[in-house]
Amino acid sequence: MAGPLVSAAMKAQHAASGPEVAERRGQIVLEDISRVFAADAIAVDRVNLVIHPGEFFTLLGPSGCGKTTLLRMIAGFETPDSGRILVSGREMQAVPAHHRPVNTVFQSYALFPHLSVAENVGFGLRMRRIARAERRTRTRRIMELLQIDAFAGRNPAQLSGGQRQRVALARALVNEPEVVLLDEPLSALDAKLRAELQVELMRMQKRLGMTFIFVTHDQHEALVMSDRIGVMQRGRLLQVGPVLDVYERPSSVFVAEFLGLSNIWPVTPLPGGLIETPLGRLAIGAPDPARGTAMIRPEKIWMYGEGGAPAGRANLLGGIVREAIYMGASTQYRVELENGAPLLVYDTNNQAAERSWRPGEAVTCELKPENIVLIGA
Amino acid sequence: MSAATASRRGSAARAERFGRAVRLWVTAGPGLAWIVAFLVLPSAILLGIGFFTSGSYGGPELPLTLQPLREVAGYSILGWSSGNITVLARSLIQAMSAGVLTVLFAYPVVFFIVTRPPAARPLLLLFIVLPSWTNQVVRTYAWMELLGPESALSHLVQSLGLLQPHLGLFPGVLAMQIGLTYNYLPYMVVPLYAAAEKLDWALVEAGRDLYASGPRLFWNTVFPQTLPGLLSGIILVVIPAFGDYVVPTLLGGGKSMMIGSLIASQFLETPNWPYGAALTIFMLVFTCAGLLAFRALSKRLGGAEESMM
Repeated sequence: MAGPLVSAAMKAQHAASGPEVAERRGQIVLEDISRVFAADAIAVDRVNLVIHPGEFFTLLGPSGCGKTTLLRMIAGFETPDSGRILVSGREMQAVPAHHRPVNTVFQSYALFPHLSVAENVGFGLRMRRIARAERRTRTRRIMELLQIDAFAGRNPAQLSGGQRQRVALARALVNEPEVVLLDEPLSALDAKLRAELQVELMRMQKRLGMTFIFVTHDQHEALVMSDRIGVMQRGRLLQVGPVLDVYERPSSVFVAEFLGLSNIWPVTPLPGGLIETPLGRLAIGAPDPARGTAMIRPEKIWMYGEGGAPAGRANLLGGIVREAIYMGASTQYRVELENGAPLLVYDTNNQAAERSWRPGEAVTCELKPENIVLIGA
Repeated sequence: MSAATASRRGSAARAERFGRAVRLWVTAGPGLAWIVAFLVLPSAILLGIGFFTSGSYGGPELPLTLQPLREVAGYSILGWSSGNITVLARSLIQAMSAGVLTVLFAYPVVFFIVTRPPAARPLLLLFIVLPSWTNQVVRTYAWMELLGPESALSHLVQSLGLLQPHLGLFPGVLAMQIGLTYNYLPYMVVPLYAAAEKLDWALVEAGRDLYASGPRLFWNTVFPQTLPGLLSGIILVVIPAFGDYVVPTLLGGGKSMMIGSLIASQFLETPNWPYGAALTIFMLVFTCAGLLAFRALSKRLGGAEESMM
């Protein structure tokens, strides 16, 4: 399906620029990018990042962390105060927005209200003076792909939120850009539609092989959709890595907490692969830990009823269930350990409902050494 | 249900109907009375006068006749003349040119203002609107000085060889055009500003993202958004400019009459009331027809309905 969507013109351009550039087609390189709005408002702070061709990359962070500013600089709507941006190996400094090989899906969709769906989708091709026949073919094909061909003649005002979102996506994809920039495109949709479109976006991206840079503040969305994630806070890129790495092995407390609930404690290392924590002394997998912080995700803790804990295991901690929040697939427990320290535990509800624990029940929690992650300072 | 309750209910309904009628007349009455007294009645009288014979002092006298209407079409006792068609054409051209010129001046001004910080905008807009709060006659007299034969502007044009020595830009068609454009500029700026202030700049960014730049960017993303304001502005400028009396009288001179000054002269100078009345009626009908045509056109252009008055 990706084949026919790549126009002959683009292939020609491809061949002309040589094999080296072809390899970098769809690659984004950010070198020391900074953007300062005011002396005390640094939107983007010395960001270095390489996004690989054909990758679904997500910039994740709370609002105001600079992720949208970073995206707008790649699109050409804003100019970095320092640093270089390379798209497909080409320096973007002197390239205005309308000449960049990227297209944006805007948060508000920004569909042209005076144009029909088909005219919106074909806008970019018309501005590039692509011949009418080719324009029509490509517009129709992308509208079919996104299942909006039935609304081709309607105005954006007559569409639902989800349909508008598809039009905005089609309007970007029809141009076959090297990179697609998506600025929180799903944030205005309800949960169910959002889940549907998440899957569809991923499928579309794999099918077309374009690089997608997706901006969101929703960690769940980021985990579901991305190949790699870059977590941002106050203009800085804190951690970049595959979804699994960032979730399982966060490099900072901020990243650990932003990606999901966790149990985090300051720790003091002891000889023999042990750490001193507010919970007590725990064995860990890694040898010779540095002084710092340790974390365990609540779903990584095993819980046993009275007398049910296997003997001879490390890190078995007794406690009492203080709170149980039933969430359907799982239940979230707040356990008060014997020394008074709190512990958050997720347990999958894979047993009959009667077998879950109720507040007041005594339990034993197992924190397997390999599941305890050391975050560092 | 007894007969007594039924009749009580009936009288309650009557009282409510009465109350509603009172409210209607109290709220709508004064406005309606105003319109009847100062628009409907005078127009009806004018329409009537248009069918009388012009008396020796120009007043309406019997018998009833179609002569004033024939005169509007250009037929007089001296035979047919193209004079009225010339006046009508000149009025139309001057008014439409004023429309076009005010648009050309208003766009840069409006976009200068809306790209300033929000706090500065009302003040800048005030500078545009302020002159229209002073008397139009006074402002137009000022142009007579500025465009007269001894003015710097006229000297400049004379030295360029575009005007004979000792002649001014005033009086004439050009002076009239300048006067109309100047006087009606605020009526274009204000509705255009209202449209431009609400402009969705994300659409402009979307246009840039989709390879548009320069004039094509403006035409495809900014212009459609300001179209409702533009259409309102055109109506607010072209219709009053078409019937303007002060500017053609003061700046046009006797040779370049517009329909407003032609009508006025039938009441003040010549006098010929029935002919003046017939001209007025003609102008009203012509304007209404033009307005309807414009409305149909702008609907097709996709201009929002709210732009129409």
